[in-house]
Amino acid sequence: MPDLTPLVPALEIRGLTKRFGDKLAVNSVDLVVPAGSFFGLVGPNGAGKTTTLSMATGLLRPDSGTIAVHGVDVWTHLVESKRRIGVLSDGIRLFDRLTGLQLVTYAGLLNGMERSIVAERAADLLELFDLEVASGTLVVDYSAGMTKKIALACALIHAPEVLVLDEPFESVDPVSGANIRDILHGFVESGGTVIVSSHAMDLVQRMCDHVAVIADGRVLASGTTVEVRGASTLEDRFVELVGGRRHGKGPEWLRIS
Amino acid sequence: MVTHLVRLRFRLLFNGLSRSPWQAVAVILGTVYALFLLFLAIVGLFSLSFAPTEVGRTVSILGGAVLVLGWTVLPLLSSGIDETVEPSKLATFPIPLNTLVLALAVSGLLGVPGIVTTLVTFATGLLWWQTPLIAVVAVVCGLIGAVTCIVGSRMLAALTARMSSGRRAREAKTVFVLIPLMLLGPAILGISSLFREFSDIFPTIANVVAWTPMGAIWAVPGDLALGNFGQAVIHFVIGIATLIGATFVWRWALDRALEQPAHSTASSGAKHGLGFFGVFPGTPSGAIAARALTYWIRDPRYAQSLISIPLVPALVFFYSGASGDLTGLLFVGPVVAVLLGMSIYTDVSYDNTAFSLHLQTGVSGRDDRWGRVLGVSVFAIPTTIILVLAGVWVSDSWERLPGLLGIALGLLLTGMALSSLVSGRFAFSVPAPGDNPFKSRPGGGFTLMLSMFASWTALAVLALPEMILALLGFATDQPILGWLALAMGIGLGSGLLLIGVRWGGKILDERGAELLVQLQRQK
Repeated sequence: MPDLTPLVPALEIRGLTKRFGDKLAVNSVDLVVPAGSFFGLVGPNGAGKTTTLSMATGLLRPDSGTIAVHGVDVWTHLVESKRRIGVLSDGIRLFDRLTGLQLVTYAGLLNGMERSIVAERAADLLELFDLEVASGTLVVDYSAGMTKKIALACALIHAPEVLVLDEPFESVDPVSGANIRDILHGFVESGGTVIVSSHAMDLVQRMCDHVAVIADGRVLASGTTVEVRGASTLEDRFVELVGGRRHGKGPEWLRIS
Repeated sequence: MVTHLVRLRFRLLFNGLSRSPWQAVAVILGTVYALFLLFLAIVGLFSLSFAPTEVGRTVSILGGAVLVLGWTVLPLLSSGIDETVEPSKLATFPIPLNTLVLALAVSGLLGVPGIVTTLVTFATGLLWWQTPLIAVVAVVCGLIGAVTCIVGSRMLAALTARMSSGRRAREAKTVFVLIPLMLLGPAILGISSLFREFSDIFPTIANVVAWTPMGAIWAVPGDLALGNFGQAVIHFVIGIATLIGATFVWRWALDRALEQPAHSTASSGAKHGLGFFGVFPGTPSGAIAARALTYWIRDPRYAQSLISIPLVPALVFFYSGASGDLTGLLFVGPVVAVLLGMSIYTDVSYDNTAFSLHLQTGVSGRDDRWGRVLGVSVFAIPTTIILVLAGVWVSDSWERLPGLLGIALGLLLTGMALSSLVSGRFAFSVPAPGDNPFKSRPGGGFTLMLSMFASWTALAVLALPEMILALLGFATDQPILGWLALAMGIGLGSGLLLIGVRWGGKILDERGAELLVQLQRQK
């Protein structure tokens, strides 16, 4: 692990904008993720979380704005910055005709790593995620939670400095979820940075030390979790910021008695 | 409810088209093509009305039977399968089964192929325009026949949906269904060549077909024209019974399919070790080659193209072998070389969004291209050489070996070069991973066909030098020209491959993110 000066943020986004047709998906977003932080990105559906993270990880070209990972501009030094990032994307396919072991090995070799190192790390990761038994099963036959875990293993194999995880806990069972959180906390304690997007406010409040609330392609609040939530819970603060909460019990015809 | 479902079908079609203008263009071109076919059919049927009654009857019976058979069988094979309104997606709604059957039949009838088929069957009335009463009967029978076509195709789709639950079983079946279907082509060729030689057996065949469920309804007007009222009634009854029977089978299969929607079952049979990943070099391109080769074996979409390769010799043999002249088999090597070279044309599109792993890891475009080429080369180069050798051996023309090998290897290398260039730039609409390999989206196949056509033309032009050298050698019996063709094929082909890989890799490096957006749109 190279020496990380705390002054250079793990991820620094300035004036990031992306437009799909008429829709402004991401509207001049500024975001600073300090190195060594466990950063939560929360927002309603369609807020631009996935779009922002895709651009930050070099998978989607921004219309304008700059993104730097540990001071390295992502879109001018694509390969170098990608070496530093581990990505778990939401809603994309995997090469699921490979076995679990093959898929993790594939990810390692694509990163240009030595075969012997890949083999060692792949075995470690499969053990870490309780996937040893399933290592010879095709990923297409995995459950949703196992698929998430194998994708996470692929994101970790090259020992990135920054982990960008889009909805990592979705459809993961509670035990695996707790195990994954432990792994991520360990990663942060050792100096790594984790960025997760999630809908689960409780989880983010407990897990993350920094948080940003994003809605309609804009950052509404950003800072340490304590700063953002103040005296209330993160969920209440989120609803307050984003709005759209309804009061009432639904239309009359939906009440059974 | 029926109109609602039919409207849903069109809504889905138009919404799909508005997402991609090129698909809309493709659908329009497809429609124009269909209208052209319709025009030919109308002109043909009208001119046949001046021929003897017997001829008109034979043509309408055989044509109609082929139409029904084609509608029933082809959807498995071609883009005819229309899954815009998929019964399994409607399973959660409380729709009465009979309503669903009617709605699906009507929406099938209202697609472009359905409309053209219906109009063609109406046009059979033209055959009998001189006796208006029979013409009216022909139109009615034509409509029954057209509906039979739709119901037949829906019936088979529902039946196969029922058959194939579980990923393994489904994949195995799609591949095995393929072999007899692909042999259908040669079989029809064989039968039609028989017809050419013994054209007087046409009426006899038609008479037999008229008693089958596929042909009966089409025989009715002819029977009437010949004055065989009794036969006409029996044929009509058979035709109606076919339609009713098929509807019931379809309804039953649909019911079963809705009750037990296809779901993937986990399979056992864990694999040990790394497979090809332990064999290929431990570099990014080696890993990509190993992955590609694994997919060639495990993914039915690739298996589909692999199966067509042994069928090429079979087809050529059928064409030329029947007459005892085996020189036609010399073409097998080059033809298979083209197929194999172009087989990685849609490679990235087949990856679908899984391709983002390549982007995330920052693998260079050139490594990506090399890996895919390497993966296919492992079996493509030996296969090509063996087939050329076999062709030369069977036809006993060893003097043509170097020239032929030059052409085949040149085509293979150049094909891979073009594929490497194109597949890094364009995402095509292909069946998604795990989908039925025969499934296609409206117009998607057409866009692919257009670009394929352009690439085949480019391939023919780029491989001209070795082809000209070899053909000159064959014509002048100068062995040196054959050897020159071999050198040219390998040299020029390798050079082009190098350019294709580098250029394609450069495009991929620059536009990888844009390609991923295209792929996501295909998802």
